[in-house]
Amino acid sequence: MTPWAKLFLVIIFLILYAPIFFLIFYSFNSGETMYDFESFSLKWYKELFHDTRLLIIVLNTIVLALLAALFSTIIGVLGALAIYMAKRRQTKNLLLSFNNVLIVSPDVIIGASFLILFTMAGIKLGFSSVLLSHIAFSIPIVVLMVLPKLSEMSPSLIDAARDLGASSWNVMSKVIIPYISSGIFAGFFMALTYSLDDFAVTFFVTGNGFSTLSVEIYSLARRGISLNINALSAILFLFTMLLVVIYYFITQRTKLNGMGVRKR
Amino acid sequence: MMVKMMENNFTRKLYQVPYLLWIVLFVIAPIGLVLYYSFLDIEGHFSFENYGKFFTPVYLKMTLSSFWYAFLITAISLVIAYPTALLLTKTKHKQLWLLLIIVPSWINLLLKAYAFLGIFGTYGIANSFLQVIGIGRQQLLFTDFSFVFVSVYIFIPFMILPIFNSLSELNPTLIDAAHDLGASKWTVFRRVIFPLTINGVKSGTQVTFIPALSLFMLTRLIAGNRVITLGTAIEQQFLVTQDWGMGSTIAVFLIVIMVLIMLVTNTRERGV
Repeated sequence: MTPWAKLFLVIIFLILYAPIFFLIFYSFNSGETMYDFESFSLKWYKELFHDTRLLIIVLNTIVLALLAALFSTIIGVLGALAIYMAKRRQTKNLLLSFNNVLIVSPDVIIGASFLILFTMAGIKLGFSSVLLSHIAFSIPIVVLMVLPKLSEMSPSLIDAARDLGASSWNVMSKVIIPYISSGIFAGFFMALTYSLDDFAVTFFVTGNGFSTLSVEIYSLARRGISLNINALSAILFLFTMLLVVIYYFITQRTKLNGMGVRKR
Repeated sequence: MMVKMMENNFTRKLYQVPYLLWIVLFVIAPIGLVLYYSFLDIEGHFSFENYGKFFTPVYLKMTLSSFWYAFLITAISLVIAYPTALLLTKTKHKQLWLLLIIVPSWINLLLKAYAFLGIFGTYGIANSFLQVIGIGRQQLLFTDFSFVFVSVYIFIPFMILPIFNSLSELNPTLIDAAHDLGASKWTVFRRVIFPLTINGVKSGTQVTFIPALSLFMLTRLIAGNRVITLGTAIEQQFLVTQDWGMGSTIAVFLIVIMVLIMLVTNTRERGV
């Protein structure tokens, strides 16, 4: 590589990381602004950990993500099985197309249409509507994580189990589920990160009473600079790094094709 | 016997119920409802009023400018991302470098946008720089420049990844062959590398263009009211004006545009 090429790459990496480290740097500012660094202090972190309202929101977000990931994994695995077991090719393709609708749809459309749906169905906006929508938009990603594992499984495994006298339930619990477990795990993990990261859909279907971390960050940021958010972003950055490392190991284990792009 | 068999068949299909229910309730019903609401005026009566309104200059201009911004953002991202991906494939530890590109894409989008509130602020670091080089302070935040800049910043990793993946799949002997046959570096790129990685470019365009049309939080935070995209307009109609009919009409057009883009950038595997 020529020095120019190296310089180009270095600049790109600087640009990608500079804003993030800029945020984290000013979280240690004892002043109030993001341009005048007075002195080093941890006061914003202290304030953060004494903000009970925010801590409750963090707890809400985590509980919501775990529940959404759990339910969407169960339904997603069932869905992947339904697609895998479908006998006719057209049925399979039709189910797959329906599956991918929510993956390619922009978040605003998902949010707006779910808002109409919940209002028509008479579901009160709040925790339940947010949970339902998080489950709904995470299901297709679980299906996409599990399906390749199912297709690479040799059908003779199932035949062998049947010949040896296994019941349908035994085939499912002793052969299929263990075989696809890494896909299920990857699906659960992706659903978890989708739910943790979502802003737009939640913003539409959350009422006044319930808030998640993303929605809270948005409403804080709309009010302007507050170094609370900087301290929060430093913690979230460390947490994200942890998630990336887990993701890296999952992709190594499941040997997914290439590195996945996260949907925006 | 017959009853038993049917029952068996029925219970065997039972596991499909939750998934099929999901398809009906959360895939088909929402699209149907958006379509239905797009034909309701603000009082809830059936009419084509919203569609009529959409074809007035105000909305057409908004759609066109949203398109223009999305095009600009996609084009700039591509121009930056392609060489980056190309150079990344030539580094020694390319999986590690790729991981480093991925990390920023996992950081919450709102935090990245928030960082630019500080950077582009009146006394922010960007303005200090402008002052040092003698241009002087400028209004950077809440302009279309900052919107395009921040969007490009956010979408670059999403553009790099698919291009990187298709570059890694490229058979290097093809490039050697082209060189042996006397092609210059530029010709090799134009006639061999780029055409063979067009699928990566297409998926990169897909994951950039559609969000660029619809991410309302970016325009709200960074562009103030200077830039109205289709996404901002939908959010405005649904959550501020409470005119769900008009919001749904814009959503219908966004869906149509999305489908068109998907058709254009649909990647078909071609063996090499």
